[in-house]
Amino acid sequence: MSRYDRQIKLTEVGLEGQEKLRNAKVLIVGVGGLGCPAAMYLVGAGVGTIGLMDHDKVDKSNLHRQVLFQESDVGKPKALVAKEHLEKQNSEVQFEVYKEPLTIANAEKIIKLYDIVLDGTDNFETKYLLNDACILADKPWVFASIYKNEGQLSVFNYKDGPTYRCVFPKSTRQNISCEATGVLGVLPGILGTLQAAEVLKMILRVGEVLSGKIKLINMMQANEQTIKINKRPEEIEKIRKEGIAPVYIDCDLKNKEHWYLDVREVFEQPKPKGQKVLSIPFNDLTSRHKEIPNNQEVFVFCQSGKRSKNAIEILKNEFGFHNLKNVEGGIETIIDG
Amino acid sequence: MKVTVKYFGLVAEAADKSEEVMEFNGELTASELKEQCLYGLSIADKDSVQIAVNQNLDDKTTLKDGDEVALLPPFAGG
Repeated sequence: MSRYDRQIKLTEVGLEGQEKLRNAKVLIVGVGGLGCPAAMYLVGAGVGTIGLMDHDKVDKSNLHRQVLFQESDVGKPKALVAKEHLEKQNSEVQFEVYKEPLTIANAEKIIKLYDIVLDGTDNFETKYLLNDACILADKPWVFASIYKNEGQLSVFNYKDGPTYRCVFPKSTRQNISCEATGVLGVLPGILGTLQAAEVLKMILRVGEVLSGKIKLINMMQANEQTIKINKRPEEIEKIRKEGIAPVYIDCDLKNKEHWYLDVREVFEQPKPKGQKVLSIPFNDLTSRHKEIPNNQEVFVFCQSGKRSKNAIEILKNEFGFHNLKNVEGGIETIIDG
Repeated sequence: MKVTVKYFGLVAEAADKSEEVMEFNGELTASELKEQCLYGLSIADKDSVQIAVNQNLDDKTTLKDGDEVALLPPFAGG
């Protein structure tokens, strides 16, 4: 008896549907609170090819909600560890692992290899990037987001339907992660599972796909409602004509007199405004160290304070800089507001 | 005229409620009502908050008695 017997029995699936699942290719961007449960159910259902994309490593604080990971996985790359666990769950599934972040440079190329994209990301920059790349690659994507006890869910760019920019045309700097606000593990579990359900319906071409509307779920209050979205054709046309519109989230720094050196990659956000902020990614420091002032104090920062500490070591030991100070705690500690 | 306003995400948090009934006289569009509701709340990016009237995303409608307005901020956690 087929391992898929219990779903093949459904009239919505059948042997034909199971074949559709086997031929389907789904890309999961972000293997975290949303991506883990989604991946497990899609793998269980026998989706033939699954791409797992995540540039992050497993952290102990992920374990309460990112249900694919175990204590022994802490410190290892999420995409790779996820593949190892999922392979054991279903050896018939083909996996592709992407340990790099989704960027303007790689998004469209990677997305084109798949039929559907599942959004497991946790920031606005990547959500807009996914949106735009899916418009260009002409693929539907299943969006979900979480804030504390609430979730939003929708399918965008499905059969010429509305996109994320039709709901939220302008990006916002209010990038608040689960790390910052807290979240109960079950909420991304619910949303990620609903995302997987939307993917399955699209592959099987059954039921009603959550396109043209956005579902709002409040787990604490046990209520939900669905809001209809209208298409904003001008938003979609603009992306088709001009390509991916990068979301640069700017911010002000508390101190505008100091010199700053940002050693993060160019895609990392938010970007501080100001004349005295130099941006040289960590890997370019050796070739571009001459751009850094050496006659006055320069504050070096990254996202968390770790890379900037290493950057200072290199600049001090190899190029004799003695005027650099590390911003402990990363960029969030020097932003105004 | 009475309309019910539903708050979501950090708007609900800033307003410290998830729902309220607003009473007013005269004509008011959905976006004017949003401005009134968000006035004085500590929300950094009010432009990003979207408005739905009777479960339809729309900020231009002139409100009618009994309408239900929802204020939706974007959020990105995962």
